[in-house]
Amino acid sequence: MADSSKPKLQVSAIRNGTVIDHVPAKHLFKVIAILGLDKITTQITFGTNLESKKLGHKAIIKLSEVFFKDEDINKIALIAPHAKLNIIKNFKVTEKSEVQVPEKIKGIAKCGNPNCITNNDHVNTAFYVLPKDKEKVALKCHYCEKITDPEDMEVF
Amino acid sequence: MNRRMKDKSLISIDDYSKADIINTLDRAEDFERNPHQPLLEGKVIASLFFEPSTRTRLSFESAISRLGGKVIGFASKDSSSVQKGESLKDTIKTVNNYCDLIIMRHPLEGSARYASEVADVPVINAGDGANQHPTQTLLDLYSIRQTQGKLDDLNLFLVGDLKYGRTVHSLLMAMSNFNTTYHFVSPPELRVPEEYKMFLKEKKLKFHEHTDFTDIISDADIIYMTRIQRERFSDPMEYEKTKNSYVLRNSMLEGTKDNLRILHPLPRVNEIHDDVDENKKAYYFPQALNGVYTRMAIMSSILGL
Repeated sequence: MADSSKPKLQVSAIRNGTVIDHVPAKHLFKVIAILGLDKITTQITFGTNLESKKLGHKAIIKLSEVFFKDEDINKIALIAPHAKLNIIKNFKVTEKSEVQVPEKIKGIAKCGNPNCITNNDHVNTAFYVLPKDKEKVALKCHYCEKITDPEDMEVF
Repeated sequence: MNRRMKDKSLISIDDYSKADIINTLDRAEDFERNPHQPLLEGKVIASLFFEPSTRTRLSFESAISRLGGKVIGFASKDSSSVQKGESLKDTIKTVNNYCDLIIMRHPLEGSARYASEVADVPVINAGDGANQHPTQTLLDLYSIRQTQGKLDDLNLFLVGDLKYGRTVHSLLMAMSNFNTTYHFVSPPELRVPEEYKMFLKEKKLKFHEHTDFTDIISDADIIYMTRIQRERFSDPMEYEKTKNSYVLRNSMLEGTKDNLRILHPLPRVNEIHDDVDENKKAYYFPQALNGVYTRMAIMSSILGL
């Protein structure tokens, strides 16, 4: 019998898929938007405001039968630089990795400069990711060259 | 001929390496000595000014005429199809069928980079909003080298609106190739943005910030004056207090170095007093002439001529 005194995470296990852990709780909804999870039809479980020593409050996402390409999942590194990925096959973790900050991102965020061509014409956004310090990055718009802080970025 | 510059758009001063910059200035010097070189004969250049400009447009058009090329285009968006709601992409896609090179000024930042991605011909950015104006920077560098005989190891004073002034930012970046010592003179509200100071620190270049514009210019080699605009101030009273504090007067030039020259991207309002115009250290009108030689050099290099 399981030890009922031990606190258990109220998020059910998945057979096959991806678990994204260590997402800052405040950015959960941005991560959902960036990865387009609102369009996925398989089972997804979200947990948020879970206690975390490192982040204070973290979120966790369990996606059944979903596997990401590196270039897609790495987009969330802008706001969740410590996010960890567990690939689950047959209820077992078969692969563990951490997201990597990409050098360039296209089309997921709005440029913060209202006078940028991307906010005034039908132009897809593109940013260079610049290291600001160990914990943070800055986004330099490929077009207007202005800096957008990922903390303030608006996701499409 | 510099093959690296051929067919390549010039959108930001960062698009040019130190070697490209030197190469452009050398060619401009050649055009200054011998301005009658019909290199653009048979070429059509589109001059698309979505917002008005006097110096930049006329000096480009003068440069094209002197090189024997033909100009097509418009001087304001009111005389183009933009008025009918045409997108920038469609305008560029259409115009690039009619020309060998596009020169463009546009009020939106990033518009020139976008145009260069859409166009089949090279694009020269003649100013995109508050972002970049690389041909101005190159003519500023030309004027500095012409008056100082070198670009290395100079004391460069930048005065006025150092926060929003695009010419200041591009000049600061370009001069970082030449071991420059910078002096930034501005009201506290219009200081050089932090990112540029970080950039200079990384390159281990010296810079000093001043809010007072008196008794500090005795070791200046170049004073680059810019206009302080009323709309940049959140408090209009602050503007009224500030506007006369950053005015260069002839009396201030006493005791300055012989080689000192005063530059200004123009137009000026009152930041350089008229009494400076007669001083041999005033160089802003010859600087405007240098725009023609520099633009001749840029266009010829891009067209591989």
